[in-house]
Amino acid sequence: MTPLLELQNLSKNYGKIRAVDRLSIKIEKGNVYGLLGPNGSGKSTTLGMVLNVVNPSSGSFQWFGGTLNVHQALKRIGAIIERPNFYPYMTAIQNLKLVCTIKQCSYEQVEEKLKLVELWDRRDSNFSTYSLGMKQRLAIASALVNDPELLILDEPTNGLDPKGIHQIRALITKIANQGTTVLLASHLLDEVEKVCSHVIVLKNGVKYYEGAVDELTHSQGFFELAAPNLKLLESILVQLNLFETIKLNSDKITAYPKAAIAPEVLNQKLAEKKIYLSALNFKKKTLEEQFLELTDNPNNT
Amino acid sequence: MIRLLKIEWTKLYHNKISRILIACYFLLITFIAFIAAIKIEVGPIKFHLAEQGIFNFPYIWHFNTFIIGYMKVFFAIIIVSMAASEYSYKTLKQNLIDGLSKKEVLLSKIYTMLAFIVASTLFTFMTSLVLGLIFSDYTEISIIFSDLEYLVAYAIKLFGFFSFCLFLGIWIKRAAFALGFLIVWQMAEGISYGLMKWQLSDWIPGLTAEHVFQFFPLNAMSNLIKEPFTRLSGIQNIAKQVGETFDKDYGFDLTSSLVVLGWSFVFLWATYRLLQKRDL
Repeated sequence: MTPLLELQNLSKNYGKIRAVDRLSIKIEKGNVYGLLGPNGSGKSTTLGMVLNVVNPSSGSFQWFGGTLNVHQALKRIGAIIERPNFYPYMTAIQNLKLVCTIKQCSYEQVEEKLKLVELWDRRDSNFSTYSLGMKQRLAIASALVNDPELLILDEPTNGLDPKGIHQIRALITKIANQGTTVLLASHLLDEVEKVCSHVIVLKNGVKYYEGAVDELTHSQGFFELAAPNLKLLESILVQLNLFETIKLNSDKITAYPKAAIAPEVLNQKLAEKKIYLSALNFKKKTLEEQFLELTDNPNNT
Repeated sequence: MIRLLKIEWTKLYHNKISRILIACYFLLITFIAFIAAIKIEVGPIKFHLAEQGIFNFPYIWHFNTFIIGYMKVFFAIIIVSMAASEYSYKTLKQNLIDGLSKKEVLLSKIYTMLAFIVASTLFTFMTSLVLGLIFSDYTEISIIFSDLEYLVAYAIKLFGFFSFCLFLGIWIKRAAFALGFLIVWQMAEGISYGLMKWQLSDWIPGLTAEHVFQFFPLNAMSNLIKEPFTRLSGIQNIAKQVGETFDKDYGFDLTSSLVVLGWSFVFLWATYRLLQKRDL
């Protein structure tokens, strides 16, 4: 199947600064992608390039297997980047109808999408009178008005209050569940973890990781163990030779296994050594811990 | 083309200020008729402008296109803000993301510009025709429809000026600064003319200031329709009495037309390059 979007060695230089460095990505239909990276990692520049607002310095990208030129392809997708931009003196309806004219789709969906983002009651108010959360929701409605094959969202919850964040997240989940392919750029990791099936991690314009969220978060787990005699437990754990690192804390031991090991197997092995645990926690790293590990290590590319 | 016009028209129509300016512009063209009503009576001196022959065919084509030409300033504001606001509202970015190509962005502005030029030229034609039919001493068909090249010159003049405005709006991105630049440019043309008049012939013998000055954009635009006042019989009579004659060529000036069209092309091409090159 041809990917919706494919990037090949895409680069962007701003003077001497290389904002995006030979980035190659494939966006396949049906997945929900999270584009992760700290501020200034090149997320927005990458999206800007595929969305026809930033000129690439080198490399290339194709929409829909290169069958359509960029602006034709963009009519079939929906995107909001950074701040919502609309004509302030026009109402929600007028703005959305203008988007329809640009995208060459019918006005049919305008009402449905405005209801979806709960702006139907304010449809005749000028955009300038909207709160930030409402503006962001209108942007989502506008990105959906053509029933896009791919929805691109760049920091959709930036600057919103908790209620707004919750509303937007619920919306994204709803849209993703309907089968729309989504590319969500964010530096908020729990956001990505909650809604995405795949992640692409960027740092300084370089791709650090690309793959399923599950693989990233489940690849390694670790144990938190406690026993009446922590010193003894530690020496036995070393003896077992199953762990890469063993850290002795004041009230527990954190142990990182070399290979995957089930908690019941470990418990049994320790019981055989006549040591009985008072606590056994098998933990998986959160995306945040994984992400920090990936991006903090300068050798890890 | 209809789609692009519709897009641009929606943006203009919903904006209260541009709506008012457009209405003002066409009202002012219509109201030029009121000039006809100017009557000055001071004791024995009676002066009725309409009776001075300004509304005689075919002179009226010259007079009206010249006077109405000044109204283009109203439109300059609309064109400049139509271009610059896309940057200040960041809607240019949104339009591109929504699937408008950069070429279409420019074309939608150019089509709108052309539509206004056609409307303005037609309005000028109609107003002049009606005024002429009321006040002109000559109403033979052949005379009425002679010298219509002034309307062509008028349309070219607007096209050149609006292209310049569009370029400034996109280039400077701020409507107020772009309009300011337009004024500064006008002054710069005047000053450089003065400097050339003073020094140019000394530096390069055989080259006069006029030779160079005719290629300046705003000057070429104003050369397209020369001032009509010294053509009036009343004024010419006065001039004769003081021993002055005007042997000006008031007709359609091909060189100026080509210069203006050349500049229009340069401005529009530069606008397109700016749109292409800039990262948003």
